Amino acid sequence: MMAHTTANANDPARAGLSIALAGSGGSGVMTAGTLFLSAAAKAGAYGLMVRTSGPQIRGGEAAALLRIARAPVESLDDRFHLLLAFDWQNVHRFADEIPLGPSSLIVGDAAEGEPPAAFVATGARYEAVPLKKIAKGIPGSWTNMVALGLAGALAGLPREAIVAALRDSWKRDAASLAANLAAIDAGAQAAAGFEGMAKLPSLAPGGGRWLISGNEAAGLGAIRGGVRFVAAYPITPATELLEWMAPALAKVGGSLLQAEDELASINMIVGSSFAGVPSLTATAGPGLALMTEGIGLAVSAEVPLVVVDVMRGGPSTGIPAKSEQSDLSYAVSGLHGDAPRLVVAPTSIADCLATTQWAVHLAEALQAPAIVLSDQFMGQSRAIVDRPADLAFVGKRVVAEPNAPDYKRYRDTPSGVSPMAVPGNPGTAYTADGLEKNEAGTPSSGARDHLMQLDKRARKLTLHDYGDMWADVEGDGELAVITFGSATGPVREAIGRAAASGVRAKLVAMRLIAPALPEKLDLALAGVSQVLVVEQNHGAQFYRYLRAWFDLPGRPESFHRPGPLPLKPAELAQAIVAAAGRATGAQARTAVSA
Amino acid sequence: MTPTATATAVTERPAASTPATFKSATKPIWCPGCGDYSVLSSITKAFAMLALKPEETVVVSGIGCSSRIPAYTTCYGFHGVHGRALAAATGVKLARPELTVLVAGGDGDGYSIGGNHFLHACRRNVDMTYVVMDNHVYGMTKGQPSPTTEPDWDSKLAPGGTGVRAFHPLVIALASGANFVARAFSGDPNGTADIIAQAVRHPGFSFVEILSPCVTFRPDQRSWKDLVHPASVTVTDDPARAARRVMTDDGFNIGVLYAGGRTPYPLARRAHPVAVADLEAEFAP
Repeated sequence: MMAHTTANANDPARAGLSIALAGSGGSGVMTAGTLFLSAAAKAGAYGLMVRTSGPQIRGGEAAALLRIARAPVESLDDRFHLLLAFDWQNVHRFADEIPLGPSSLIVGDAAEGEPPAAFVATGARYEAVPLKKIAKGIPGSWTNMVALGLAGALAGLPREAIVAALRDSWKRDAASLAANLAAIDAGAQAAAGFEGMAKLPSLAPGGGRWLISGNEAAGLGAIRGGVRFVAAYPITPATELLEWMAPALAKVGGSLLQAEDELASINMIVGSSFAGVPSLTATAGPGLALMTEGIGLAVSAEVPLVVVDVMRGGPSTGIPAKSEQSDLSYAVSGLHGDAPRLVVAPTSIADCLATTQWAVHLAEALQAPAIVLSDQFMGQSRAIVDRPADLAFVGKRVVAEPNAPDYKRYRDTPSGVSPMAVPGNPGTAYTADGLEKNEAGTPSSGARDHLMQLDKRARKLTLHDYGDMWADVEGDGELAVITFGSATGPVREAIGRAAASGVRAKLVAMRLIAPALPEKLDLALAGVSQVLVVEQNHGAQFYRYLRAWFDLPGRPESFHRPGPLPLKPAELAQAIVAAAGRATGAQARTAVSA
Repeated sequence: MTPTATATAVTERPAASTPATFKSATKPIWCPGCGDYSVLSSITKAFAMLALKPEETVVVSGIGCSSRIPAYTTCYGFHGVHGRALAAATGVKLARPELTVLVAGGDGDGYSIGGNHFLHACRRNVDMTYVVMDNHVYGMTKGQPSPTTEPDWDSKLAPGGTGVRAFHPLVIALASGANFVARAFSGDPNGTADIIAQAVRHPGFSFVEILSPCVTFRPDQRSWKDLVHPASVTVTDDPARAARRVMTDDGFNIGVLYAGGRTPYPLARRAHPVAVADLEAEFAP
């Protein structure tokens, strides 16, 4: 893929400012990045901070990849304006993740050696600043605070916003706060001599914004939807979702249990939901694999539950701390038997809230398991977003009345949804079972019962009215770009850039992946003659899924690339322009001009 | 937390529940002579002794012959997947602490595929009762060795025996922190009912190992009725003492062997929950 980016696309006024803070783990990179983002929020900016790190628990390389802008950002940019390294220990491993160019600036501590060759080769300018020495000169201060002050000054962040961010998060004594405020000022002074570094455009503090990670947003969405019990096993990159939910659930009268493994997690929430409480677990690919038997039980016994899969590089242990959209095939088909399930995918960090809330609503309404396909990019990244709207989606299941006459748990209703009796309700006791059953719930291996229950379980999902939530459909054009999940941000930005060069494309970001509803997509694709499917995995899983279940116009094209590198707006804009050229039958255009 | 269905539940109770109150019309699939028939009777007897309400009692199981038990009762039942009964039951109890939860299953389900959950259920000490019908064989799949099978027991899958020593569930339960440990025999339904009733009453995780012969694949177990005898010891609350006893006894010692005083897993919820909107303050920059 050609890294074609014009100065225009990298102009801070339009595309914001991209800053990478890097160093060895434990050097305070993430803290500095988080404070930078918080300061940007206080100053009125939108922004994004993506975390990336090596596999070591402590002491490996770490980087905070920031993008700050006047308008909401859901994607990293094509290259960084600034790479600020606290040290160079293993930071060369980020050469691909921190693309630089001739207009970029590298700042490092000369005492830590020269920048790695891969960064120097980009033509970026290098400035040495004695970060550690400055920190040493201010007793009680830390190197990462010097770096924060320096990055803030280079970016043009107001000093008072940085000070406020630091004060808000400060948990130590006043003397060390004063020392680190002095370190921030010293860092800012060290930046005074640098020329040519792009600055943030003027900002106006805006109200109603949130600073939130995708994992936190998913947790809040779950609670808004009614989840009051979680059982889960720690796994990167889903753990923070659980760590956020543990105290939050306790506050709202629920609880979270750390299970002995994922087999326990999923079966615990099948049990708790059977007992009447909306329930959730969160995991990543390896955990999802272990959970599938339990998810199948939820399908068969018709027990609502939500599984948030924060996807990471796979297969197997794969790349645990980095993102990839490669669990899609497994989520839509990874259960034995004919097992209809819901699969939904948030389209942004903020949308992790709405989509997870919707997932709870759907699971409860349809008495079925729902898998939410988040990923490391959305889950562990933190963004400044407009406060997400309050949605009316609250889990509400149809329950049996006390002593309901002639009660049959698995009655073959027209909608496929049958009232669920909850323990405690008299006169409606039944045994929930993974065995095939008749309408009353008695195990049955008869052909008629099997067909009836298979039809019922499939019908209840396909007949449901999913409304407009099934996808984000934006813009118009003969070309439609169909995508899902965290690929949506870069695709949306790429469509914007393609439009600037005269190529129009429609965005269809599918939130409802399963069940497949071809008629919804048909309507969205009215007037479209060509589609390009974009996703971040090696096997074109979404493309193949769409081709199997949907009628796509023209000769459907695929843009797919595995993680861990995020999809870049420039490469996607180029693919969009090229696909649009084929759609109109014109000669392929030569370049993307914006 | 509590679904509306239960909040409005008003039921006319029969004057007194009897074992029959808890027996469903579903006919068991067990072989004639199977020990599990008696265990089912003991469970329904125990429920009647405890004056439980069927709708407020949940019987949870995994997979295996004995795991068919939930549907043979009039309680709410949960017949889940193989080995995960304790996990599902933990979810039920944590979601609805006011329900009585009894888990039933076999030695393969509980000690082999579900072994890890057994350890952690003992350790966690959630207030529920686990009844294992141990017949030292996989019956549903027609006669393979289980974790409690003798090493020299001959079978098609392990000709000449597995050569692997048997698992000692009682010692493992004690070492892992179960709060109540007993051994029972299906051939003594009244004694077993009494032990189950004690187990349900005892706070925390109660474990009842029931010797329940498989007359089809282990006809040799017909001799168990001659081998069992009451435990000639008083109940102890010292797990080390109990463990030493069960490690040195003949395996046919029947009775409550341990009743501990560990604090059960806390199930209480915050009495005055905050509004969901109050969780949002932390996200304001």
